[in-house]
Amino acid sequence: MADHKIDPNNWINLYSDYLFNYTISRVNDREMAQDLVSETFLAGLKSMANFKGEASERTWLISILKRKIIDYYRKINSNKGKAEVRMSYNSDSEAEGDWLEERVADPFDKTAEDTIENSELGDAIYDCMGKLPEKQAEVFKMKTILGYDTETICNELEITASNLWVIIHRARTALADCMEKNWF
Amino acid sequence: MKKSFLFISCEEAQHICDKRQYGEATGWERVKLGLRLSWCRITQAYVTRNNKLTEIMNKAEVDCLNNNERNKLKEDFEKELAKHQ
Repeated sequence: MADHKIDPNNWINLYSDYLFNYTISRVNDREMAQDLVSETFLAGLKSMANFKGEASERTWLISILKRKIIDYYRKINSNKGKAEVRMSYNSDSEAEGDWLEERVADPFDKTAEDTIENSELGDAIYDCMGKLPEKQAEVFKMKTILGYDTETICNELEITASNLWVIIHRARTALADCMEKNWF
Repeated sequence: MKKSFLFISCEEAQHICDKRQYGEATGWERVKLGLRLSWCRITQAYVTRNNKLTEIMNKAEVDCLNNNERNKLKEDFEKELAKHQ
């Protein structure tokens, strides 16, 4: 049964950040992530006729994106044999003897499990952010994720600083509630 | 009502706590928050939850498009969209 409708006019506003975060946590290359998201939207547009409405638009777009990410890694792997490996070891004679310590595995380095958990956590945060009113989500993203300073956000959105802090407070409270239900 | 220079309301404490998450609370504000925190359970609960949210935001390393990137994406997409409509 078709429960979901498709409307590409809202895709960028509704899903671009979610898809971008999903991608960058998996490909770790900002430019490539943007390209993959763009390709996903374009592929979605071309295959709109195949959307049956059984899943939400976002789930459908994610399934396209997943295929794009797999293709990206396939392409990288097929090029691997042709690639020239360049490694520059420290040739500075004064630093001789230090190199082993420098290159030893960092115990605090992220493991694959951490990476998976963090990307799932990122998905959960985006799910919760998707439930916020548009303005709250925008201000929260600019302040918390992009790290813009208060003045820049106030100028860009034409709001006062006290207005900004009220919005941030509401967004943080709603997000904490949502994350408490879904993650903590 | 005259505002106390040291004792603050729960709302003000929460406001300072929000600012502190972004490193924007002044030293004096942090002192006032600390004082309120020492006895107010509502503030204690809020601060704990708020700190936890910051912690998971840092842990997840969530990312999003900045305005230029989003505008570029939008522009490219809208060109294609126009062809389909």
